[in-house]
Amino acid sequence: MEDMKRPERGRHFYRALFCSTFLISAFTVGGGFVIIPLLKAKYVDEYGWLEDKETLDLVAIAQSMPGIVAVNSAILLGYRMAGIPGALTALSATILPPLITLSIIAQAYEAFATSPIVRLALKGMQCGATALIVNVAVDLVQKQCKGGWTIPLFILIATFIANFFFGVNLMILIVVDALAGFLFLQRAETK
Amino acid sequence: MLCLLLYWEFAKIGLFCVGGGYASMPLIQAAVVDTYHWLTLSEFIDIFTISQMTPGPIGINAATFAGMKVAGLPGSISATLGFATPSFILCILVARLFFRYGNIGAIQGILNGLRPAVVALICAAGISFVALSLFNMERFPRDLAVMREAFDSKSALILALALAAAHKKTNVIHILLASGVLGVALGMIG
Repeated sequence: MEDMKRPERGRHFYRALFCSTFLISAFTVGGGFVIIPLLKAKYVDEYGWLEDKETLDLVAIAQSMPGIVAVNSAILLGYRMAGIPGALTALSATILPPLITLSIIAQAYEAFATSPIVRLALKGMQCGATALIVNVAVDLVQKQCKGGWTIPLFILIATFIANFFFGVNLMILIVVDALAGFLFLQRAETK
Repeated sequence: MLCLLLYWEFAKIGLFCVGGGYASMPLIQAAVVDTYHWLTLSEFIDIFTISQMTPGPIGINAATFAGMKVAGLPGSISATLGFATPSFILCILVARLFFRYGNIGAIQGILNGLRPAVVALICAAGISFVALSLFNMERFPRDLAVMREAFDSKSALILALALAAAHKKTNVIHILLASGVLGVALGMIG
């Protein structure tokens, strides 16, 4: 990856970054790999602030670090887009919504947990989030398949099978895939 | 004082939980229930349930809720900030190193290996979520009869509409909101 070359980020950028991240965090039920595809849809596909490849790189780093994957990803992506101010903006926009929602819910847990309207809305939003994840996943797989039968495609399929069908621990998968990349993909075309 | 302790305890949890939100739950339980008796086990299980049904990362939700129960709003802010502090410091450090030395062959190799892995994990999450949306189960049911029994046609409709909207590059947030509204509307009708 070349040196950080960041375009000038004006007030408008920070407002857009904060608002989009805040709203995604506020309306997405579920952690890490639910929020990440949505952030990707927003930052990469809609605003063009980042590229696919560097987003996946940073998410891979976020996954390998201690802490919450969604929070780590927000920090790393924010930092990539606009340095420390970007990281702080993305971080606060990620943790504020749960902080606000949970503070309210803690006061009225019973009413919240038993409300049929809340349940219906959450279920609806879950379906919406599912559609967005599927859309991002299909897009990324299609791009990977364009390269033909390469080692990365093999890693993709093997990791998927190990994770989905055999429930292999994420940390083990990360270590094995990192090792595979280290051994076989050092001079591979980065696509 | 209690807030400082909350901050410190959750900073430790944030530092030592590797592998995402669910991995943090046993650590939170050990600190909040077993060591300090801030919450009872049943209150802790409540937190887990609420975290799963409310928006936001589960680890942050749990930190907020535990902090709230222990010391009110200042408590929830302290716990959440504590949780995020190690992440922030470590991520910035690693990002700096990565942007400076990331083009070394070994690191590029490792990332070339990890990039498809991230795609695989997004796919796995996507399929689990389809099962969860359509059948309210973590996995697709094996049995056809169970499948037909559990199939949620309203959710399928919302999912199909949202998928069409996502394909047309509709604003992500609009899709989420519209899905929520549609969920309530369809639920009220039927």
